[in-house]
Amino acid sequence: MAESTLQPPVALTTADGQPLKTSLARVERRARIRAFALVVPLLIFLCITFLFPIGQMLFRSIHDPLVVDLLPNTIAALKDWDGTDIPGEPVFAALAEDMKKGREDRSIGKVATRLNFEQSGVRSVITRTARRVAKLEEGPYKEAFLDANKAWGEVETWATIKRLGNRFNTVQYLASVDRRFDTEGNVVMQPEDRQIYVPIFGRTLWMSLLVTACCLLLGFPISYMLATQPLRISNLLMIMVLLPFWTSLLVRTTSWIVILQSEGVLNDILVWTGIVGEDGRVQLIYNQTGTVIAMTQILLPFMVLPLYSVMKTISPSYMRAAQSLGAPRFQAFWKVYAPNTLPGVGAGSLLVFILAIGYYITPALVGGRTGQMISNFIAHHMQSSLNWGLAAALGGILLIGVLLLYWLYNKLVGVERLSLG
Amino acid sequence: MAQSSLPPYADTGERVWYYAFRVICGAIFLFLIAPILVIIPLSFNAEPYFTFTKEMLAFDPAGYSTRWYESFLSNDRWMTSIQNSIIVAIFSTILATVLGTIAALGLSQSHMPYRNFIMGLLISPMVVPLIITAAGIYFFYSSVGLTGSLFGIILAHTALGTPFVVITVTATLIGFDRSLSRAGAMLGADPTTVFFKIIMPLILPGVISGALFAFVTSFDEVVVVLFIAPSPEQYTVPRQMWSGIREQISPTILAVATLLIVLSIVLMTVIELLRRRSERLRGMTPG
Repeated sequence: MAESTLQPPVALTTADGQPLKTSLARVERRARIRAFALVVPLLIFLCITFLFPIGQMLFRSIHDPLVVDLLPNTIAALKDWDGTDIPGEPVFAALAEDMKKGREDRSIGKVATRLNFEQSGVRSVITRTARRVAKLEEGPYKEAFLDANKAWGEVETWATIKRLGNRFNTVQYLASVDRRFDTEGNVVMQPEDRQIYVPIFGRTLWMSLLVTACCLLLGFPISYMLATQPLRISNLLMIMVLLPFWTSLLVRTTSWIVILQSEGVLNDILVWTGIVGEDGRVQLIYNQTGTVIAMTQILLPFMVLPLYSVMKTISPSYMRAAQSLGAPRFQAFWKVYAPNTLPGVGAGSLLVFILAIGYYITPALVGGRTGQMISNFIAHHMQSSLNWGLAAALGGILLIGVLLLYWLYNKLVGVERLSLG
Repeated sequence: MAQSSLPPYADTGERVWYYAFRVICGAIFLFLIAPILVIIPLSFNAEPYFTFTKEMLAFDPAGYSTRWYESFLSNDRWMTSIQNSIIVAIFSTILATVLGTIAALGLSQSHMPYRNFIMGLLISPMVVPLIITAAGIYFFYSSVGLTGSLFGIILAHTALGTPFVVITVTATLIGFDRSLSRAGAMLGADPTTVFFKIIMPLILPGVISGALFAFVTSFDEVVVVLFIAPSPEQYTVPRQMWSGIREQISPTILAVATLLIVLSIVLMTVIELLRRRSERLRGMTPG
């Protein structure tokens, strides 16, 4: 029959009688497992020391159980509150009970601090009221609270407590983009004078773009020079790119302070040459200008190295061909040479931008007030204000941005081609 | 433009552009290198200033001194930090090199499943903003009691150093001829022998440069240390410099910076020699 003629007479088998296909599949699977097994130690190590800690940190941005755990009765009592008017006596009684307990185990301060991040001024309201309430044996509590502080007569205070009554919430992410819930539970912008983070994200993006553009502008000519000079000279010039690359970040930041400060080397030169007067010394550091200058110098090698490696592969005969066909030099350069450098331009710019956007050290040391970037605010909330949830949310947004760019870089350039000099 | 020297038939415009281009490039190279060059003479300043004094500009020996180096050497804080930095850098380099090299061996095999994704994951410590890594590690270490220990810093720096080892060793393995290890196995060597006798000697330049990158990463890292090393007993050199810059900036910092520059020159030379050697071995032009 037609069917049987199409089948091979006997299925191919290995020496031990197994079908070849199964046998091959088994060998390949074994090879895959062996290859994977080599990666496993590092993978596990990074999971424990890197991925898990970051995941755990980011979890704090949505997981906020403090108020639920420490004011359990109040949260339960507020469940049926509609948010239109101040709640009734049962809620006050529940809060009084929670406060008494909070004073006993000294946890009321934590609640006060947490609520204070949401509504500034609440900290003292809570601690003071708690002190008074602790003396009360029994109710009615409502009058006592209202008498202790008029904040208890405001719907907003109660709305703030109720909002944190969920273990999982998006309050911190809203705060990260300068938004908040109003008393009706709608998402609204923060008042004008309390909008901080959207401008900071904007500034971070703007400074990173500026640094990337400066790096491209400065990196392009010298990469071109490195790629077209004879080997002996270009090797020598390459040292000038690699030495900064290898020099400690703090050393370079320090030297920019030394150069740019108002009593520093550059200002001395300017005064000495008479370009500016003794009292006209330029403030070049502890502001945005200084940060951009220092970051450009620090990140420039990351632009030059990929650009150079692309330019080295562009044959000079392309330009000669264009010129011999009648193109003026500049046009030949722009229409023939420049498009060929695009992979390098893309790789370098993307890398510099990725590194710039999360920069912390240089802005922290030379940024002053106007040169601070989002990383510095994350550090501030981590170390000074101790608003860890907000730090985690800001970090989460930054991380998503960086990972998107990293994914793009991996797609366009390939991660194993991250340039290392 | 693509010519490196000026052709004899160049017209005036081309001449002007040729020299202008060189001046521009010279200025950019100066911008790159000036911060490093400025710091070296200033570290020998006899006065506690951060700028050149009249005596220095006149090359008067009285304007120069090694007092900042002496104050560096006699300062216990700095000495502790150097000791810590060396311990942390050496151990994290060893750990990162071992883990990274083994992983690179797996990654460079054609059978590796999800190769791109895993590679991306292993390289990520290099791209994730340090402040996020530092914050994560801080919380994690607080919960397991690793803050304030050199061991904790070593683990964190290992994680940050591995991407460099993975990248350099993977790059070296691209040029590695697999039939060599097969030949070894066929002649009766077990996988360990094959690795140490055949693979290792050939990929050694890549392993060493990866190790040096990991070393420098650890030696230069300050953000994580800022979060997980609360007391000066665990300070590393960059952490000590950070305090120096933030609190009382003294020229001692310039002396330390100069020493670090010397260290980076040494490391850079070693890396360059290794790179050229491995390129020569692969039959490429040294460049």
